[in-house]
Amino acid sequence: MAPERRSPSKGWATVGVFGELLITFGALILLFVAYQLWWTNVVADQAANQASAELSQSWRQAPPVPEATATPTPEVGESFALIYIPRLSSKVWGLPITEGIDAEELSKGLGHYPTSAMPGEIGNFAVAGHRATNGEPLRNIDQLKVGDLVYVETKTDWFVYRLHDDQIVQPDEMWVIDPVPGKPNAMPTERLMTITTCHPRWASYQRWIWWGTLVDHVDKSTGQTPEAIQAGP
Amino acid sequence: MYAWLWRHLPGPLPVRILICVVALLSVVAVLFLWVFPWLEPRLPFTDVTVDETSTSSTGLSTGWGRITSL
Repeated sequence: MAPERRSPSKGWATVGVFGELLITFGALILLFVAYQLWWTNVVADQAANQASAELSQSWRQAPPVPEATATPTPEVGESFALIYIPRLSSKVWGLPITEGIDAEELSKGLGHYPTSAMPGEIGNFAVAGHRATNGEPLRNIDQLKVGDLVYVETKTDWFVYRLHDDQIVQPDEMWVIDPVPGKPNAMPTERLMTITTCHPRWASYQRWIWWGTLVDHVDKSTGQTPEAIQAGP
Repeated sequence: MYAWLWRHLPGPLPVRILICVVALLSVVAVLFLWVFPWLEPRLPFTDVTVDETSTSSTGLSTGWGRITSL
């Protein structure tokens, strides 16, 4: 008998293709994990650095016009402030705050709830940030302590908030970013800030909230910079 | 499937390997640049924003905005 090249039967060929599809699917899942844990951070860090550099640049180029316009509302997608949190200095040091809280804005630093107050204003200046993936600026939010300071730099001012309360809430508890948190119809008299991020870190079925109150304000036109900022991260 | 593709690649061995590497990199690039960014917000573990429609048992909704993050 002449040697014959044996080809597998139809059935076994089908099993083989099925196996290959499963292996391919597994490889796709692994690639997605690599994308989430590594690539989104690479892209976000780059975007944050670029946004903060552009913002600092624009501040230098156009010196503040005194009394010209009362804090113009930024467009969604526009970065308008830099935030410094000494306790989280490895991630949050000169990080841009961008108007808007959608994925695009949150992937280059913190996002500002558009309906909330602006930095230093009476009411509640509310920001959100990722705790895992996409730059994960608030990765170490669990290290924050009561009394920690948060520095927000705008074109014209430094605002210093002192954190005093935190709470873990459900994702739809929007009272936390009310002008007076928990009192939807109250007239605000204090200058507050709120930070929101996800909890637990790798799932997002809850939210971790920190509140702070304005304790200091430095007019940049005086040429002064808060000591903690001068000292560096 | 892959064996069939390999048999139908043209050229000698080094050329075939090169074609495979280029094809693989192209697939990864398409996934990272378009497919995964599209998929990410549709999966629950990078849930960035929440609003009244988000699934939650309790909550005092003020209908005022959205609480965000992951």
